Amino acid sequence: MAVKLVFLGRLADIAGGPDREVESPLDWRGLLDTLNDGVRDWAAGEKVKLAVNGVVLADKTMLAAKDGDEVALLPPVSGG
Amino acid sequence: MKDVRLLTEPFAPGPLVGVFTNAHPGLGGVCTFVGEVRGGESVEALELLHYEPLTLAGMEALADEALARFELMGILIVHRVGEMRPGEPIVLVSAAARHRRAAIQAVDFAMDRLKSDAWFWKREKRDGIWQWIDPRPEDHADLARWNG
Repeated sequence: MAVKLVFLGRLADIAGGPDREVESPLDWRGLLDTLNDGVRDWAAGEKVKLAVNGVVLADKTMLAAKDGDEVALLPPVSGG
Repeated sequence: MKDVRLLTEPFAPGPLVGVFTNAHPGLGGVCTFVGEVRGGESVEALELLHYEPLTLAGMEALADEALARFELMGILIVHRVGEMRPGEPIVLVSAAARHRRAAIQAVDFAMDRLKSDAWFWKREKRDGIWQWIDPRPEDHADLARWNG
């Protein structure tokens, strides 16, 4: 029973890899508990957004991921 | 027409703009912006990462928004991902319209959005070391021009 975490941009460096699996179900508190200190600081800050299965959450503290879901941690973007 | 592409390989803007232009007979003007990896600043390479479930869908939504907001006949948005060298094109936005201002504004709008409100993450390699690039305050100020 797993949720896939995906770390984008610099968060992949801080997390030590682009993705990993954690136990489901996963809520906001559970997510923070499973992250290392560096990623947790980013995730808890205002600049990082969460997406579940490609849909960005308006309020990340409402995270409720279940088995098979993909949760992406999205740091500030820079394109163009 | 709406043409939105996310490319993993180098591209030549000219032919894409040519095809796009020819697809809009009767147009009054085409405005095109091409962004390239800047050279001469000790940048050896640039890498753009994306997130498959969000990035292309976000670009499609941006194209739809430009079409709804400006009097356009069509819009072309092309963005590279992957590793690039100085001089390689990163982004191409082209807008066709009956009248010039709509085309010029649509390109300006789309570029401001792509810089700071699209799902890309950029890093540069200098002296062999990769470093993530943060959005600049100006990018957010540019974005705010289009609010309200």
